Amino acid sequence: MAAAAGSSFSEHLSRHHPELLPSARRLGTAPAGSASAAAPQATTIVSLTYAGGVLMAGDRRATMGNMIASRHIRKVFPADTYSVLGIAGTAGLALDMIRLFQVELEHYEKIEGTPMSLDGKSNRLAAMVRQNLPLALQGLAVIPLFAGYDTERHTGRMFSYDVTGGRYEEYEHHSVGSGSVFARGALKKLWRPGLDQDEAVRIAVESLYDAADDDSATGGPDMVRQLWPVVYVVNSAGIREIPERELHQLAEELVTRRSIAGREA
Amino acid sequence: MTQQFYVSPEQLMKDRADFARKGIARGRSVVVLTCRDGIAFVAENPSPSLHKLGEIYDRIGFAAVGKYNEFESLRQAGVRYADVRGYSYAREDVSARGLASVYAQSLGSVFTAEGKPFEVELAVAEVGREPYSDHLYRLTYDGSIADESNYVVMGGQAEIVNDSLARTWSPDTPFSEAIQIAVRALSATRQAPESAPAPDTEPAPGTELLGAGLLEVAVLDRDPLSTRGTVRAFRRIGTVELDRLLSSAEGD
Repeated sequence: MAAAAGSSFSEHLSRHHPELLPSARRLGTAPAGSASAAAPQATTIVSLTYAGGVLMAGDRRATMGNMIASRHIRKVFPADTYSVLGIAGTAGLALDMIRLFQVELEHYEKIEGTPMSLDGKSNRLAAMVRQNLPLALQGLAVIPLFAGYDTERHTGRMFSYDVTGGRYEEYEHHSVGSGSVFARGALKKLWRPGLDQDEAVRIAVESLYDAADDDSATGGPDMVRQLWPVVYVVNSAGIREIPERELHQLAEELVTRRSIAGREA
Repeated sequence: MTQQFYVSPEQLMKDRADFARKGIARGRSVVVLTCRDGIAFVAENPSPSLHKLGEIYDRIGFAAVGKYNEFESLRQAGVRYADVRGYSYAREDVSARGLASVYAQSLGSVFTAEGKPFEVELAVAEVGREPYSDHLYRLTYDGSIADESNYVVMGGQAEIVNDSLARTWSPDTPFSEAIQIAVRALSATRQAPESAPAPDTEPAPGTELLGAGLLEVAVLDRDPLSTRGTVRAFRRIGTVELDRLLSSAEGD
C-alpha cells in the first residue's frame, strides 16, 4: 500500500489496475469502420470565449447509423472547478474518458495539494486521447474539446485535439463533431470580441440550432420533451451550468424570431 | 560468531510500541471534532505547506500526527485507494470505514513485519448528512482501530487537550465556535509547563491562545452541494479567515 508513486491517477491505474483503463480495450481484428455503426456517436460541441471567460455547449443527441440512440445524452461536463470538457465521437469511450479525466485532475489536486495548471490539464488530456489511437483507427475515435479559465493569465482558453493526441490551442471560437461545420459558420458571423456572458450563451444556443438545422445527427431544442443544450460557463469565479429555465427561454426566443422572419435559413 | 539472544514476543511488541509512542509524543497535537455544521480539524502546525490534515474523498478527511514522511505516504495511499474505488464502483461506495480498515491492515502489518513500526497516529473522519451519521476512526501505530464519537485528540500532551475538550465540547455548535473550542483546548498545552497542570482552570481567553499562523484548520461541510455547489466537503480555512474567526471570539 505504501509504495511511492506519482501524482497521476491514470498512471497508477495502468500500473496496478490496467483493466480499468478505457484505452485498455482491444477489438481484436474487427474490420475498420464496422465498430462506429454499432456504437452510439456523440455529435456537436461548440466553445467560445467572451469577456472574462469561456463557454462550452453541446446538443443532446447521440446517433447510431441512421437511428437516434439517445435524446438525453450530456456531452459537456465540468472537468474541475476551472475547466470544462466536451466530447464528440464514440459515446461510450468518450464518457469513460471524461470520468477518468475528472478523477485525474482531482487526484493530482489531492496528492499535490494544489490544482494543476491549465496547460498541464490540456496535456494530460492529450495523453489520454493518444492512448485511444488504436481504437480510433478501428473506427472508435474520441475527439474532445477542452476549455478552461487560466488562473495565471486571467483569461479563458480552448484546446482542440486530433486522434493522435495532437493538441491545438484555439482562439475566439471552435466546434467539433458532425455538425461542427455548420456551427462554425454560425459562430463566424455571430461571434465578436468583448461579448458579455449572456450574449455568449445566446450565440452558443443559436450556433447549435444552425448545426441541428443542417446536420441530422445534431439535436435541436426539443419543445415536446423540454430538452435544451447543456451549457457551461467558466470564469474567474469558477464553473457554472446555465440553468434549464434560461436555456428554455433563449431557445423559444430564437425559434420565435426565426418563425417571424419566415425565411429559408 | 554472534550470539542470538531469545527475545519473547511480549518484549518485542512492547519495545516496538514504546518506540512508536515516543516518536508520536514528540509531535504537536491535532483535534478532530464534530459539530452542527460538520467536522472540524484543528492542528498545531507552524508550516503552511507541510500539511497534517488532508482531503481523501468527497466526504472523508484525514488527520495525522507523527513522522511526516510516514503519514504523508499513508495519506497518498488513502487517496489512491479512494479514487480507484470511486472510479471502479461509484462515488457513494467510498466510505471511511473501508478506508480505516485498509489503514489498520497496513499499519498492523508494518508493526509486526517491518524493521520499525510507523511512528504515526491517524484519524479518518466522514461527515454525514446529519450529526448522528458522522464517523470518526482513530488508528494507532500498531493497527488498532477505534470508532470514536464526538472528538478525537492525537499527539503529544493529548490528555491535557482531552481534559479541556471534555469540559467545553458540545454537539450543536457552528464551525466558528467548534474551532475556537479546539484552539482553546490546544492552547491549554502551552500553559501547562509553566503554570503547572491545573485541569479545572480555564485558560483565560485571549491571553495565551495559539495564533492563526501556528494553526492548520480544515473542515468537512455537512452540505457542500447547497453551500458551495460541489460534492467535495473538505475545505481549508486560510490564515485570513481563521484570524477573523479567532479574533471575533476575543471580542465576545
